[in-house]
Amino acid sequence: MTDLNSLKYTAEHEWIAIDPSTSSGTVVATVGITDYAADKLGDVVFVELPAVDSGVTAGEVVGEIESTKSVGELYAPLTGDVVAANDAVVDDPSLVNSDPFGEGWLVKLRVDASTVADLLDRDAYVALTGGEE
Amino acid sequence: MTDPRTTVLHERHTALGASFTDFGGWLMPVRYTSDLAEHHAVRTAAGLFDISHMAEFLVEGAGAGAFLDYALAGRLSTLPVWKAKYSLVLDTDGGIIDDVIVYRLADERFFVVANAGNRAPVAAALAERALGRDVMVTDATDDYALIAVQGPRARAIVEAIAAAGDIADIGRPLADLPYYAATDAVFRGAPLLIARTGYTGEDGFELYIASARAGELWDAMLAAGEPHGLVPAGLAARDTLRLEAGMPLYGHELSLDIVPAQAGLGRVVAADKDDFVGRAGLSAVVASDAPVLVGLVSEGRRAGRAGYAVLHGDPSTGSATEVGEITSGALSPTLGQPIAMAFVSPRVSEPGTELTIDVRGTRIPATVTTLPFYRRAQ
Repeated sequence: MTDLNSLKYTAEHEWIAIDPSTSSGTVVATVGITDYAADKLGDVVFVELPAVDSGVTAGEVVGEIESTKSVGELYAPLTGDVVAANDAVVDDPSLVNSDPFGEGWLVKLRVDASTVADLLDRDAYVALTGGEE
Repeated sequence: MTDPRTTVLHERHTALGASFTDFGGWLMPVRYTSDLAEHHAVRTAAGLFDISHMAEFLVEGAGAGAFLDYALAGRLSTLPVWKAKYSLVLDTDGGIIDDVIVYRLADERFFVVANAGNRAPVAAALAERALGRDVMVTDATDDYALIAVQGPRARAIVEAIAAAGDIADIGRPLADLPYYAATDAVFRGAPLLIARTGYTGEDGFELYIASARAGELWDAMLAAGEPHGLVPAGLAARDTLRLEAGMPLYGHELSLDIVPAQAGLGRVVAADKDDFVGRAGLSAVVASDAPVLVGLVSEGRRAGRAGYAVLHGDPSTGSATEVGEITSGALSPTLGQPIAMAFVSPRVSEPGTELTIDVRGTRIPATVTTLPFYRRAQ
């Protein structure tokens, strides 16, 4: 079970898990959307992810998460290179609803280790959503 | 801006965990669990909808039938008692103010049900058109709650409540009640109107009851329906269901800016009536290139949404031209492919025509098809 307190977050309702990387000075950031975002979207029916090896810039729209009723944009939370995109979610978008913090992960980015500190911690994110967890 | 209203069943929706949305000035359940689960439940078992936000008008008097012939697009004076009819409220230029269902409850008593968001313009149109006529029009919206049960198990569920003794004095047995007919009944002493109408393309009933008794009826429906797989269903599922069934939604397919024939509703207009509001507008020659409503189907999973452009021609050679716009679209839960309704130029409205939808910058091929997309097994 993912420890939500160990994750970082963005104001765009994304979670980020940080892991060491083989390249010094960088880390691997796994990115997904939170259960709060998934609940608001409703049943996810289509996910578009950026291509592996493409570069992304923090704040830029890099994909889409489409539900029956609406389309959510996937923002790059950090600047870096896409090292993996979750094919399982592309094949079965419902994973975003059933397991947003686990099997519903979206992309992995290789990013500069120093940029991670700017992300929100759990308390700041919960405060942002009005205390809804 | 006033706060949205809530129906008498609001607390129950909250207790069931519903998410809400503002629809037509009312805070309504958009989903309880999952849009897709609720949609599939209606197609395979049954769904329960609170649609108490809809507007209801009683039309009574010796001149009621003649009044409706004048005020609406169709011929209502010849509607048999206990039958229902889909009709339109037209503006003088033939534009659509609302689509409505009319039930005849007696020779001189009709029940007109309109969309929640159009309550005021419909009330105003009916009041104005009633002037000088032997008819009384009453806005009964606040008096009635409306609960719809839709799906192949709908009849079994209502009959189960009757078997338990909670619904009695059913005027016409449900097994003999045709589509677009109604009957009266009594739910625990309260008058109940049971109509075999709906907005999902499945068999089902719309139940009208005094607002004060709605909670008991809702609870009884859920309890009786549980063994049949009945689930509460929200507006999200309602929208994908009606879209699959090719049914128009006011504000999307219907508006003041189109005449009925453009939406494939020419047959709703009884053009041979003596006089009716909108007649002059419809007689005027409709521009031969006025957009017409078509269905579109695509492969894949990317659906066009309301407002997206529809193109014809070859996008890769830059020769594609915009020929229309989507009014409603979604990835069809039952069909598993993107479907949409769109107004397009009549030149490209032939079924089988290959068009393209601009889905947020990506061009998705689509084929013109007749409506509905889905028809239930009879």
